[in-house]
Amino acid sequence: MAETMTNGSSQTYVGTRTIRPDGADKVTGRARFGADFNLPGQLIGRVLRSPHPHARIVSIDTSKAEALPGVKAVITRADFADQSSEFIPAGEMMMNYKDVVRNVMAREKALYEGHAVAAVAATSAAIARRALKLIEVKYEVLPHVIDVVEAMQPNAPLLHDDLFTVGVEPKPEKPSNIAKRVEIKQGDVEAGFKKADLVIEREFKTAPVHQGYIEPHAALASVSEDGSTELWCTTQGHFIVRAHCARLLGLDIGKVRVTASEIGGGFGGKTVVYLEPLAIALSKKAKRPVKMVMSREEVFKASGPTSGATVRVKLGATKDGKFVAAFAELKYQAGAFQGSPVQPGVMCAFAPYDIEHVHVIGYDVVSNRPKVAAYRAPGAPISEYAVESVVDEIAKKLELDPIDLRMQNAAHEGTKAAYGPKFGPVGLEETLNAIKKTEHWNAPLRKWQGRGVASGFWFNIGGETCASLTVNEDGTISLMAGTPDIGGLRASLAAVAADELGVPYDKVRPIIGDTGSVGFNFLTGGSRSAFSGSMAIVEAAKQIKAELCARACKLWEATPDQVEFSGGSVRPLGALAEKVKPMSVADFAKVAGKTGGPIGGVGRINAQGAGPSFGTHLVDLEVDPETGRVTVLRYTVAQDAGRALHPAYVEGQFQGGAVQGIGWALNEEYIYGDDGKLQNAGFLDYRMPVASDVPMIDAILVEVANPKHPYGVRGVGETPIVPPLGAIANAMESATGIRFTELPMSPPKVLKALKDKGLSRA
Amino acid sequence: MARVVLVGNLAQLTGGVAEFDLSATSVKQLFQQLGELHPALARHLEDGIAVAIDGQIFQDALLEPIGPDSEVFLLPQIAGGSTST
Repeated sequence: MAETMTNGSSQTYVGTRTIRPDGADKVTGRARFGADFNLPGQLIGRVLRSPHPHARIVSIDTSKAEALPGVKAVITRADFADQSSEFIPAGEMMMNYKDVVRNVMAREKALYEGHAVAAVAATSAAIARRALKLIEVKYEVLPHVIDVVEAMQPNAPLLHDDLFTVGVEPKPEKPSNIAKRVEIKQGDVEAGFKKADLVIEREFKTAPVHQGYIEPHAALASVSEDGSTELWCTTQGHFIVRAHCARLLGLDIGKVRVTASEIGGGFGGKTVVYLEPLAIALSKKAKRPVKMVMSREEVFKASGPTSGATVRVKLGATKDGKFVAAFAELKYQAGAFQGSPVQPGVMCAFAPYDIEHVHVIGYDVVSNRPKVAAYRAPGAPISEYAVESVVDEIAKKLELDPIDLRMQNAAHEGTKAAYGPKFGPVGLEETLNAIKKTEHWNAPLRKWQGRGVASGFWFNIGGETCASLTVNEDGTISLMAGTPDIGGLRASLAAVAADELGVPYDKVRPIIGDTGSVGFNFLTGGSRSAFSGSMAIVEAAKQIKAELCARACKLWEATPDQVEFSGGSVRPLGALAEKVKPMSVADFAKVAGKTGGPIGGVGRINAQGAGPSFGTHLVDLEVDPETGRVTVLRYTVAQDAGRALHPAYVEGQFQGGAVQGIGWALNEEYIYGDDGKLQNAGFLDYRMPVASDVPMIDAILVEVANPKHPYGVRGVGETPIVPPLGAIANAMESATGIRFTELPMSPPKVLKALKDKGLSRA
Repeated sequence: MARVVLVGNLAQLTGGVAEFDLSATSVKQLFQQLGELHPALARHLEDGIAVAIDGQIFQDALLEPIGPDSEVFLLPQIAGGSTST
């Protein structure tokens, strides 16, 4: 059988801005998000949360709540069996089942304000709320610790008396809040610093920030009398939800069916479970469906933000700008349970640069905050912000162009990354060149305006993926993927399927299957879904093409070398072409039953070969010296996408990452009072950028093909949030002459800094 | 012989030895040989380790071939992987 990839067919959709298959439902309000699912007879579930940041739970009395008419079930720690210590994937980090069971429902102690202590299911929300007030919890309030550096002190309040620091020798004899010490090291940094003509060392602080998805966590569970469980929820990975719930509740995975709703943002924060096991436990107890939806306050107080951190960076360069040695020490907040993204923070810190001597140390530290969850390129924005700030300072001190300095030191194909292996083809230099060529780079600035540039890196991953293609009776194609569509998965996969099978794009209907309809998929995260999903679709299409060629051989009484699949049809070759006509996919669909039955293919892969992604951002901003307010005037992103399957969606990822980074840099932070309670658990006080706060983000697609992907694709979703923090800090220095080393650079901090320098007009 | 380098904290489990020359022809064999040399390392190889072979990072890929002159790095998994070592 001869076969040509239909990339050579007359119609190609990959790389074009096709209509979004989910667009109509979303703009008309028909799309169903997590809270839109309802079942007849459903109950409403609500959670009782700890008012204390740190307290021992002495007793829980639910008898009065259970006696309230309309209350059908109450659950506490007693309804969840304890779990053994076993690390499992939680997005792009690890979590221990022993901790997961304690995070979804507090056991011995409440470890942060908002920690779930009990939950009820009742016939109305009002009754559920009244029931919560009837639950009597006796707490022994304990001293708390919020700040990461304070939590590391020997006399700090201890969250877990069985937490001993891993990664230090000798092994500690006393428990502490430092869960882990990690490091990477290459070369000899001390010798390297001796070669430097200029060494800059600075300490930076970043605040914890929330992923800020508009859609709150929501789950609807229905457990039947035989234990079969159905769950509808908003998640980045319904197979992972299934696994976690089955584990926590002692269920067979095969008896749990999870359907992912449309998702109103996740950004890493919906890779773990919160409400889902509670809804199932309540439904099982009440024998009725139970629906639970978090309030915004609950989202802030009880779902994972990303870490705040303290970072110390030391970078040495020769007088002509060659980086010769680098050191960093990262202290990341993990929240109440271990598992911050400090490891990727360590590995990413100096990844954009070719430096011979590198040493990075990281600490994973628990404190009385909600457990952190993944957030776009977990850990990388924090460490790379600090490094990019120091790189900018070196450029200033050496009077070098900041892009030229980065170009001189940029990682490229063959560079040994600080975390070990050599890079294959990567596009950092191309992004730097693209930014330098923009009109933006040379546009004039006025007083109080500044310009900053920064680069960023993220690894990207592949992973287990299953997707299917089915040829329908009329020749249309049903495409089923198993990773929730957050950033354009359906449009991207439909384009690949259309190109591979040579059918019109609008004849491919992509859907996201539930856990009972498609094989196992790891979650949407790590910038993997379009990368891995398209590889699975290519595999599924390959099976269909082989099957069609085989059937053509039987119909035409031909041998495999007399047929080929191209341009959407099986074509006869040579002398056979004079006897029979090509048959399209639709032609085969009409005779599917008579030629062997339904036609389809399933791609089942563990995708490898994810290509790392680099980006460079350029920002102009203006500082108001009377108020300290910062206005972003202009913003340009250049990022290596490998190959953009759907350019509009890829640009959207660039723009979204930049805007979230702007919020992280300028305004967003968790503010705690001395009582350890979060003071800004709402969008009025937790200030995220909205459309009117930011300019149009210009996006430049750089395409350095990933040789390990059939279309050259690299993940694109995470890298765009890495450079903004550094780029904005560098622009602030450009505008004010002040090096801001603490995020967010919110108006009060900026105004104080200006006043301290005698620059404020206020 | 493939050149094998342990990245990060893994070398704490091998008495500080971070580089090996091994005859492994697959990731599975590599883990087996390392586990036999350093039993303390074996448990950590089962989960949460990514393997970079000649610059290409593989995760959960026991059957991936390793060439006789390959350069192999063992590092923490990037996503869905362990940071526990």
